[in-house]
Amino acid sequence: MASNEQYRICPETGLKVFFTTEKLIKINAVVAVVFLAIGGLFGLLVALTRWPAVHILPPDLFYLALTAHGADVLVFWIIFFEIAILYFASSVLLNCRLAAPRWAWLAFVLMIVGALMANVAVLQGESSVMFTSYVPMKAAPHFYLGLILFAVGTLIAVFVFFGTLVIAKQEKTYEGSVPLVTFGAIVAAIIAVYTIASGAIILVPTLLWSLGYIANIDSVTYKLVWWGFGHSSQQINVAAHVSVWYAIAALTVGAKPLSEKVSRGAFLLYILFLQLASAHHLLVEPGISSEWKVFNTSYALYLAVLGSMIHGMSVPGAIEAAQRRRGFTQGMFGWLRKAPWGNPAFSGMALSVVMFGFIGGISGVVLGTEQINLIMHNTLYVPGHFHATVVTGTTLAFMAVSYLVVPLIFQKEIMFPKLAQWQPYLFGIGALGISLFMMGAGTLGVSRRHWDMTFADATLSFDHPPAAFLMMGLNGIFAILATIGGIAFIVVIVGSVFFGKHRDEAACKANPVVYQGGGEAVASYGSEHELKLPGTVALVSVFFLAFVLYYFVNWKYLAEVWPLS
Amino acid sequence: MALTPPENRLWWKEPLAKMEITWISIAFVWGLFMFAVMIYWHINGEQNLSNEAYRVNPETYGEKVEAEAAKYTVREEGDTGIPVVHPPAGSDVYMLARLWEWWPILELEKGQTYRLHLSSMDWQHGFSLQPVNINIQVHPNYEMVLTLKPTETGDFGIVCNEFCGVGHHTMLGKMIVVDKK
Repeated sequence: MASNEQYRICPETGLKVFFTTEKLIKINAVVAVVFLAIGGLFGLLVALTRWPAVHILPPDLFYLALTAHGADVLVFWIIFFEIAILYFASSVLLNCRLAAPRWAWLAFVLMIVGALMANVAVLQGESSVMFTSYVPMKAAPHFYLGLILFAVGTLIAVFVFFGTLVIAKQEKTYEGSVPLVTFGAIVAAIIAVYTIASGAIILVPTLLWSLGYIANIDSVTYKLVWWGFGHSSQQINVAAHVSVWYAIAALTVGAKPLSEKVSRGAFLLYILFLQLASAHHLLVEPGISSEWKVFNTSYALYLAVLGSMIHGMSVPGAIEAAQRRRGFTQGMFGWLRKAPWGNPAFSGMALSVVMFGFIGGISGVVLGTEQINLIMHNTLYVPGHFHATVVTGTTLAFMAVSYLVVPLIFQKEIMFPKLAQWQPYLFGIGALGISLFMMGAGTLGVSRRHWDMTFADATLSFDHPPAAFLMMGLNGIFAILATIGGIAFIVVIVGSVFFGKHRDEAACKANPVVYQGGGEAVASYGSEHELKLPGTVALVSVFFLAFVLYYFVNWKYLAEVWPLS
Repeated sequence: MALTPPENRLWWKEPLAKMEITWISIAFVWGLFMFAVMIYWHINGEQNLSNEAYRVNPETYGEKVEAEAAKYTVREEGDTGIPVVHPPAGSDVYMLARLWEWWPILELEKGQTYRLHLSSMDWQHGFSLQPVNINIQVHPNYEMVLTLKPTETGDFGIVCNEFCGVGHHTMLGKMIVVDKK
């Protein structure tokens, strides 16, 4: 396979970019963005329906749109993009040809066939079972089959990634240990293997059940195993977007990890403990003991939370150290003020770090506290929480890195740079509003996945408080803002990819996207050594304070409800 | 840079900075503390979910709920035909979930402790007592028993908060809490 040996040298980073890898990265990223566009549109329809004054869709279409929204953005957009990241983190960062490119193409074909099949099933209207497809509610067989094909494709792509690591090691295409970003990608890939295994273990019998070969599937067992897939897949995202944070910090400001040991140790905690999170979805189920719930919901003593809290220090710390080295040493936050806020890759990453940590992270721990879950389970608090993690966290990080992928991999100039500059803020603030107002409505008891909070068609009546209606209106408004940000992203990225000016070597020199500051900073890789970082100390202190306060406020809420035992 | 192999090949031997050790220790201890709070609440808190549940056949459960309702029905709710059941204070009380209703309407007394039985006749449903905001998942084939003590009087809504098909939004039940007789 001679063609697989051909490569170009990236003029900005000096890395080898193999043409096969480049093609596969491009096609996976483009398809990802298409699913983001489709799923995002469904999301807007959902938010507008839940805005009581607008209430745009009838119930059947609302539940259809909600199912499609979940599948397209939570699964297809994110996983296609993650496959692109895996190929980048292995082949490009390690200067190595991709292992078994034909298998990588097969993986891509299976994934796209699966994704389309699931979409067709949903759009036919017989599979409005929500992303979670809880039994005994039944979808059409090709809904499950589509998801299974997609999962098999993903698994093949993950093994292409592992194969590439093996080749790189054998052919000694890099010195010493793999880069931190590759390490994070390996963590994501390992989590992906057991995630997909859980998916297969539950979806294959469910497919057989929907075809009539199996009589009955226990509904609690289904949830236990399904969430081994459903929640763990979100942990792939966490590992992937944390890697992306490190990558963007390195490329935009020349940041080095504060300590390789600490960052890699934090990633290892993810592998060991994240999969216990299936329990987060079983806290108010019958037939499961409290001991099991307490141990699993806390990831065994909160050790995966510890991993995220460590990254929450080491990412801003790496940026602060790099900025101080560049001479931005004024006061506590001079380095932050002088950061490249006009660069959408940097601003998107920074917003992603802050919102994932403060909103997604803290709300996740509170929601996953065994007893507190009683006052939040299946309310809008749940989607509020995971829009903070998956939208303001993962999606925003992936959007941010796209502003580097387009010039470096697609070799195109970013079109509409002004729009690009605003895009992360528009989308980020929109998604932040969605998260906060859904969490607010959930705290007031409004149900998730519900067409009509006025209960107009019900035999009996119940009125939610007016504040809940206000929250849902604001949720709709911020969803529109996020949609504008999403459209801006698609216009900029799709425009640049298909119509952008080619970046030749001269253009790369004239207008570099990779941080070029100072020979010393770039030449000496590995752990950062200067560790007087007052800004980061202040930031993590504020974070910790917010965490503790919010945690106790929710215990207070819980203590006020009717005694239960 | 995070995109290249660490320059120091023995990176795992590098010492940790004080700031890192401090933050990791704080985060670790905070995790232990949060873990302990859940256990503490089981001992001293008043809001804990019961571990009591039984396998049950939906038909059997349905018959049980109907028999109990027949014994203690006090009236019908308006012209809806839904019975309002007022079981003895402190007793076992039964409610079922089915497409798309919570049945029957329970009338309880404030300050009394009841053993509430919940199960589903068909799909999964979500018992969401509002505006109290107690949320419990209800499965078919599982009968969950939880001890509940209403602390305020009034009419409370029982919203279904687990998606259960196209009529999901019409699935609204009721619980009434009255002062002790």
